[in-house]
Amino acid sequence: MTSLDRSTLRMGSLAPTGVLLSGLVGAAGIAATVILGADESGWNNFWKSYLFGYMVAVGISLGGLFFVMLQHITRSGWSVSVRRLAEAFASNLRWLWLGFVPIIILVWSGDGGVLYPWADPEIVKSDIVLMKKQGYLNTTFWSIRAICFLAAWALLAQFFVGQSMKQDVDGNVARSRRMQALAPIGILVYGVSQTFAAVDWVMTLEPTWFSTMFGVYWFAVSLTGFFSCLILLACGLQSMGRLKGAISREHYQDIGKLLFAFGVVFWAYIGYSQFMLIWYANIPIETGWFLPRQLGAWKWVSLLLIVGHFALPFVLLISRWTKRWRNLLAAIAFWMVLMMIVDVYWLVMPTLPPGVAHDAASLAQLTEDVNSGAVSVGWNLTIANFTAVIGMLGLLKAGTFAALWRCSLVPVSDPRLDESLAFENI
Amino acid sequence: MTSSPVQAGARPDAMVVDDMNPDTGTSQLWGLAAEFSTPAAIMEAAKKVHAAGYRWWDCHTPFPVHGLDFAMGIKYTILPIIVFFGGLTGTCLAVLLQVFTNSLELNIWAIVPVVGYQFEVSGKPLISLPAFIPVIFEVTVLFSALTTAGGMLLLNKLPCLYHPVLKSPKLKRATDDRFYLVIETRDPKFVRPQTEELLGSLDPDSIIELEA
Repeated sequence: MTSLDRSTLRMGSLAPTGVLLSGLVGAAGIAATVILGADESGWNNFWKSYLFGYMVAVGISLGGLFFVMLQHITRSGWSVSVRRLAEAFASNLRWLWLGFVPIIILVWSGDGGVLYPWADPEIVKSDIVLMKKQGYLNTTFWSIRAICFLAAWALLAQFFVGQSMKQDVDGNVARSRRMQALAPIGILVYGVSQTFAAVDWVMTLEPTWFSTMFGVYWFAVSLTGFFSCLILLACGLQSMGRLKGAISREHYQDIGKLLFAFGVVFWAYIGYSQFMLIWYANIPIETGWFLPRQLGAWKWVSLLLIVGHFALPFVLLISRWTKRWRNLLAAIAFWMVLMMIVDVYWLVMPTLPPGVAHDAASLAQLTEDVNSGAVSVGWNLTIANFTAVIGMLGLLKAGTFAALWRCSLVPVSDPRLDESLAFENI
Repeated sequence: MTSSPVQAGARPDAMVVDDMNPDTGTSQLWGLAAEFSTPAAIMEAAKKVHAAGYRWWDCHTPFPVHGLDFAMGIKYTILPIIVFFGGLTGTCLAVLLQVFTNSLELNIWAIVPVVGYQFEVSGKPLISLPAFIPVIFEVTVLFSALTTAGGMLLLNKLPCLYHPVLKSPKLKRATDDRFYLVIETRDPKFVRPQTEELLGSLDPDSIIELEA
């Protein structure tokens, strides 16, 4: 156990430069997406790119909120010295709701069909299934739900981050008890809201398709992003001389275990379970979602996810020594962030024009049509895709650094800090 | 055993307690135990015994003492590697089992012709990987779990139905509030006077003889 160097618990000059640079990258990225997003086919490319980037940012932040509440529920000792970094990610939920306002405005403007087919009255009229789903999938109810989710996350983040930061100053143990008391309720609210948010915002891009596992899949996606980013932030700060003696390889091993468990094994388990049930039943209304993801370039993206999001990190993270080797773990975490981004891209982007599957003579014919470009499955890798996700990640980093600007990098007055510093894996 | 159990901590000045069988007087010495009353003391003692080069020795404590394994110089277990190969065996076996039982026709070593259970489910190929994965997963987990449990028993040389440390009533406080460091006579470096001198230099509460 190395002793905590209290002079290295401040961001110092890292915060203003980080916030400024990342904020500029973020603003430039979003601006570039707006400029590049519109093409001859309208604004579809922009909105899809924007939603893709937004879901990456919101997924990582939600993972932070979940992690913080989980530590309070279990009254964890080991995680106290990394909890502030998780709180910084979660604190982004206090402003990320702003990013969803344009999408709500889009849905209300009447052009919502560019993103969500159920928001276009013409499309709804032509589809009996969508008409029957109107009771749930209508602009008003959808917006109310979205506002409730965003508000709940912002309030939960405000409470847990706020209490923890206030405890830094007054050292009041009652704050820990208060957070422990609210965490179980908070995690229930989180579970329901993140499930329905994933369904409302991503699953209804294909409004006739449904999967009861989708919310759980989104949970795995978001935790993959969060644990990877947590490792990267901790490594980054330590390589800049911060957090000396606060985060040891014992902590890295434990976060590595969580990344292995949630981001690799659980992700694959849920993803496969979702696929297998649909594959086995083989009902057209369910298989329609996986069909474009097995056609054209998407087939290779799907295979990349199986290998790059499961097989490769499974082998890399299963051993003890890889999780305890900080730089190697950081490299794996960087790879996992990329995979999480590819995964969200794979969730948001692919489409199959209505009726195409029904009219296709055979799968072989459909595959040929997709490969020749006669049928589009939404594979359209544009610069706007990249600028959107880079912009959102820039804003996320700026927000995270801003949250750490004026506070200590570990909860210095937490009653379990000493336990965390002395933590050892047996 | 007729001698009454002596509370070792009650006689801190008694450096050597005779634990020989008073009836026969022929009991064979199995090892020497040094008694300590704090985890810190046994930790220091373990470091010194390890540095002295002993191999057949162990510590008996009422609860897991963090870092004691490291102080004793115990190497990290090879169990994970054994479990990996156990799990891999399960994976291969599950694949073979399913391919074999679903197969159309198979000649084992070109001698034994086998026809599998050819169930066609919603037009899917007989050998289709997605359907096999749950069984592959379960058999892998089963083999890993059995290898873990079995390997743990083997590596720990369990079950052990008799152990000299459990025979001595003076070491019963290892389950309560005392810490014991035991050096066995089969250690190549064990020489009665020197080993006793080493244990004495560790500042124990007492030294106890253990019979086989």
